[in-house]
Amino acid sequence: MRWLSRSYLALVYLLLYVPIIVLVVFSFNDSRTGYSWGGLSLRWYESLFNNHAMVQAMWNSLWLALTAATVSTLIGALTALALHRYRFRGKKVLNGMLFVVMMSPEIVLAISLLGLFLLLGLQLGYVSLLLAHVTFCLPFVVITVMARLAGFDERLPEAARDLGASDFTMTRTVLIPVIMPALMAGWLLGFTLSMDDVVVSTFVSGPSYEILPLRIYSMVRVGLKPEVNALGTLLLVFSLVMLMMSQWILSRSKQ
Amino acid sequence: MKQTLLFLSNLSKQFGGKTVLDSLDLEIYDGEFITLLGPSGCGKTTLLRMMAGFDLPDHGIVTLSGVDITQTPPEQRPLNTVFQNYALFPHMSVFDNVAYGLKMEKRPKAEIRDRVDEALAMVQLEDFAKRKPHQLSGGQQQRVAIARAVVKRPKMLLLDEPLSALDYKLRRTMQVELKRLQRELGITFVFVTHDQEEALSMSDRIVVLKDGRVQQLGTPREVYERPANVFTARFVGQTNFFPGRVTRIEGDRISVDVFGLNRELSKPPFRIAMNQSLHVLLRPEDIRVLAPDDTDGVAGKIVERNYKGSTLDSVIELEDGIQVMASEFFDEDDPAFDYSIGERVRVSWVDGWEWLLAEESDEPLTDEEELAADDAEH
Repeated sequence: MRWLSRSYLALVYLLLYVPIIVLVVFSFNDSRTGYSWGGLSLRWYESLFNNHAMVQAMWNSLWLALTAATVSTLIGALTALALHRYRFRGKKVLNGMLFVVMMSPEIVLAISLLGLFLLLGLQLGYVSLLLAHVTFCLPFVVITVMARLAGFDERLPEAARDLGASDFTMTRTVLIPVIMPALMAGWLLGFTLSMDDVVVSTFVSGPSYEILPLRIYSMVRVGLKPEVNALGTLLLVFSLVMLMMSQWILSRSKQ
Repeated sequence: MKQTLLFLSNLSKQFGGKTVLDSLDLEIYDGEFITLLGPSGCGKTTLLRMMAGFDLPDHGIVTLSGVDITQTPPEQRPLNTVFQNYALFPHMSVFDNVAYGLKMEKRPKAEIRDRVDEALAMVQLEDFAKRKPHQLSGGQQQRVAIARAVVKRPKMLLLDEPLSALDYKLRRTMQVELKRLQRELGITFVFVTHDQEEALSMSDRIVVLKDGRVQQLGTPREVYERPANVFTARFVGQTNFFPGRVTRIEGDRISVDVFGLNRELSKPPFRIAMNQSLHVLLRPEDIRVLAPDDTDGVAGKIVERNYKGSTLDSVIELEDGIQVMASEFFDEDDPAFDYSIGERVRVSWVDGWEWLLAEESDEPLTDEEELAADDAEH
């Protein structure tokens, strides 16, 4: 029984990781075709960095993800606080609308955003992408922060006030530090969502601002180039570093 | 000369149509240890929150040393609170928790360090300054909460059921320690609890609350020995209520018939008339259990025996079905003492230890109050 459960577990992990391992291994493959092994080489990394359009798309994507995650964390945190602290008319409706955005098919959001931007006469580019990305990141941030606030001891703000802190000082010294892990989690979630979004971005991006997922998509359409493996490996390393960093910050804040 | 520190006048508060405080007046003296005692929902916590400034009254005035602070926000009141679940800041060390209030006052760094060290020494937590709250036991967290509140040298310390989360033994230790702190600091303590034993052992004065009204205000001894009404008698400690009937009134002496026994008592402060029914209250420790052949007392039989270490508690059922609680101190030399269940005995009490209350249109304790009272006894 023991070996059965072990091998089952191994199988699950194998299925999860084999594609990733293949991608990493083939990124160092010297062969032109993606299906045969031709020895170790860094040539695809080299050609990747020589591809000016590709590097530009990478920077664009990074910048977009960074700004979208930051803006949605700011707005999302304030929304979560308002929903948590105050009672007002339409609170339930507002709360439910978050889930509508989260659950509705991406294609619907994409079409409606495109329609809106065209209606407003907004030129498709960085600004339209940012607005779109903030829109779909927002509910995730709000829900992450609200989950943290649900476990927040309501006596803490009172204790701070009791000890002489104004409402603003209390927010700065008690509320924000306590919900910091949720803010960071929300930010990372937003960053990741923005980084690999294809559907919405396809609709609302313009020729002036090309981003990585779309670039990869158009590259792959004309045939799988080994460059893509190298790019995938880099992205993998990048997200691993991000993950480790967030874990490190979280464990440090707990001590 | 007692000086009034806090004065609550005609306070009323409603939450969603439910009256929590009902035109309540209360005067708190400088330097006293006063306890707000009552079942849950009696308004004691709301009253405390009004003193702290977290809740505002619908009507009425709160004055501190003669200054009206009814509308003053909590951060501007020179009072501090120890919260029920401590409400320590989880992201700050013990030192930073205690220093928080002083930092808000923008005190110089050196002064903050000295005063925090002093406060931590007072609660014997000098060695824990660098720890985070979650690394401390419940009792230690409790001490940090106290240090954090007293470091600002408030005029008054408000304690909201601060010991309710601790186990029995630790609670007793903390009770003694709180009393010591209060003596040393000379600060007025306002202590909220539903535990009557805690209230009796710690307070200078007790305010018994029910339905947002003061039921009785007095020293622990007054509240226990001379309860003002049936509620207080039932809530504070255990009481036997015997039905009495006035058979004779002569000057300041009256005769009362209890279970056919004619007892001569001094006249109670309330109006009485011939043949009037009243409650004769006797605490379990006032009851004497006598041998069945004794000439004094009422006949009954033992239905329950509970060995409590220093005392032996029994329940005796009288012939008309009334159950009497008795609590006797051990006397190992007395062979008659050890009755077993089912044995016939007679029940009596020492003359003059009764307390009379007029019959009132009282309802028995609600389930919740019963629970709170039971809870308080353990």
